[in-house]
Amino acid sequence: MEHQSKLETVLRGIALLLVVVFFMFPIFWIFLMSLQTNETILRVPPSINFEPTLSNYRALITGKLETSAASLEINFLQNLWNSVFLSVASVSLALLLGVPAAYAFARHKFKGSEDIAFTLLSFRFAPPLLVLLPLSLYFQKMGLADTYLGLIWVYQLICLPLILWIVRGYFEDISPDIEYAYRVAGHSWFSTFRKIALPLAGPGIAAAGLLAFIFAWNNFIFALVLASADKQPVTVGALAFITASGIQYGQIAAAIVMSIAPTLALALYAQKYLVEGLSLGAVKG
Amino acid sequence: MTTLELRAVTKRYKKDTVVDDVSLTVADGETLVLFGPSGAGKTVLLRLIAGVVEPEEGQILIDDEDMFDVDAEHRGVGMAFQNFALFPHMSAFDNIASPLTVGKRSVDEIKAGVDRVAKLLKIDHVLHHAPRELSNGQKQRTSLARALAGSPPLLLLDDPLRNVDAKLRFEMRLELPQLLAGQGATVIYVTQDYKEAMALGQRIAVLAEGRIAQIGTPEQIYLSPKTIDIARLFGDPVINCYDVVGQRDDTGVFVELSKQRLSLDDSKANCVDKNSVLGIRPESIKFVPENTPGSIPITIEAETPLNEKVVTLALTEGGREMLISRPSGTVAPTTGNAFVKIDQRALLIFDQTTGENFVDSSEIDVDRGVAA
Repeated sequence: MEHQSKLETVLRGIALLLVVVFFMFPIFWIFLMSLQTNETILRVPPSINFEPTLSNYRALITGKLETSAASLEINFLQNLWNSVFLSVASVSLALLLGVPAAYAFARHKFKGSEDIAFTLLSFRFAPPLLVLLPLSLYFQKMGLADTYLGLIWVYQLICLPLILWIVRGYFEDISPDIEYAYRVAGHSWFSTFRKIALPLAGPGIAAAGLLAFIFAWNNFIFALVLASADKQPVTVGALAFITASGIQYGQIAAAIVMSIAPTLALALYAQKYLVEGLSLGAVKG
Repeated sequence: MTTLELRAVTKRYKKDTVVDDVSLTVADGETLVLFGPSGAGKTVLLRLIAGVVEPEEGQILIDDEDMFDVDAEHRGVGMAFQNFALFPHMSAFDNIASPLTVGKRSVDEIKAGVDRVAKLLKIDHVLHHAPRELSNGQKQRTSLARALAGSPPLLLLDDPLRNVDAKLRFEMRLELPQLLAGQGATVIYVTQDYKEAMALGQRIAVLAEGRIAQIGTPEQIYLSPKTIDIARLFGDPVINCYDVVGQRDDTGVFVELSKQRLSLDDSKANCVDKNSVLGIRPESIKFVPENTPGSIPITIEAETPLNEKVVTLALTEGGREMLISRPSGTVAPTTGNAFVKIDQRALLIFDQTTGENFVDSSEIDVDRGVAA
């Protein structure tokens, strides 16, 4: 370890603080906004002197949005549940399909394997709007429009390529010798996949799953076009706060705080796991 | 009872042929060493036998049964890897137990099986450690223990001593023959260290560029290498090579080195009038007093100890380099001019264009080290 002078330590501390402030300020500000009424939020100049209120959260939970002009029904908790359900189901399905596929692409080079893998990745290149129009037509004919199943299926466009490509890299990093050793010891390829490859790629699978979850959670356009209000996630549901009588900043802020909570919790939990996985020195044997 | 037979086995990766038409048989209980420089195809050949890589052509038979349709896990082989290939997320115990967890063995049986090999390899005190907590020597022993745990009738060892330090390697070289004999298994041992090959192998198969260049007992290969390349691979310090032309007169076949006539026996007569390479092992050159008949004058350039030997680098009158090796503790000139004599029975002679030995190795009488 290099010796650090006192000045260096202080400067380093200040630099780190600046970075943290830069990244955390918007979230902090939104949290403050969520505890204010629209009137105090829109004061010029803005101030952190205000009387905190939980009215925004109350409105979201009860589903009654009171504005100066009228009272509106919103369905935020349903939206939040939709987000959780759609993201968890999509990522689970993508992991179920993507992890074995990633293993196949990593371990078995067959004719056209690179092309297939690249085609799957290319789904990420296309703008979602490009596929939405034909998809919505098909979905209507197939009865998939406005169903969870349909949305989960479309979400595979977001989750599957991510998981496939990230996890594939992790599988490729595992020395084939380690798997050979297990095979030769008398275990089937499936048992080798389960007992050797999966645990060793664990950190990668966790990282890919987390990333896919965030992308799925943040998706807006698919659910906007392919689902109606009772199936839409928070990203789309937040549109309800733009009302005829103005934008409800307080409730939007509260909705943001509530909707980032699950992803934040998941990220914090997985981070611990990721660091553990990486410091294991994973596959070097 | 386990025998192994390879019939014209060929393996290609895209256009590279890494194992080329290899045929060999290994008898029950025999230890065959696959020896060759890196990239010769030794490891691939071992993997083909283990069944984790499939050949493009040829047959692999274990106990006369074709292994074409038999998966790796059903071939009944044990394998130790050069880089150990321990399972990083399992303890040493679980690593060693992995061949024992197949089928229905009780926990006690598994424990007894692990303890048996762990004691044999002296690692019973580290069984609860993860691989990353083990020293290289312990990793290597764990990997060997894992290969032995299931008492496989066919044992494949891929350069297991490559990644351990010199002291450990020496120790293991002494221990291994006894250990392997105790298992009663048929063993294929891969190495690129010729001393290891000679110490462990009942027979050695020399691989070069995917082909078997020579197969024979250690003595056969050392005393009668089939090509100049094999002669260079076996021996430390490396064999001295000189370009000469074989000649014949009334008294017999000979070559000239530094104006000295070196007689060759009649089995080497094929070299007459041909551009040849004369191979002289450094240990078959002896220092002699001045004016000894048939001696060659040299100028000593440098001297260095090498294991239990002393190696002298000298120049002949023609300015050609010569390495001379003698047991340490023996007295010999260390600087200036000196005279040496070459043991003419131990001369090797190769065709300069093909690199092949003019003497067919099958004609060699191994006990005497000279052509019959």
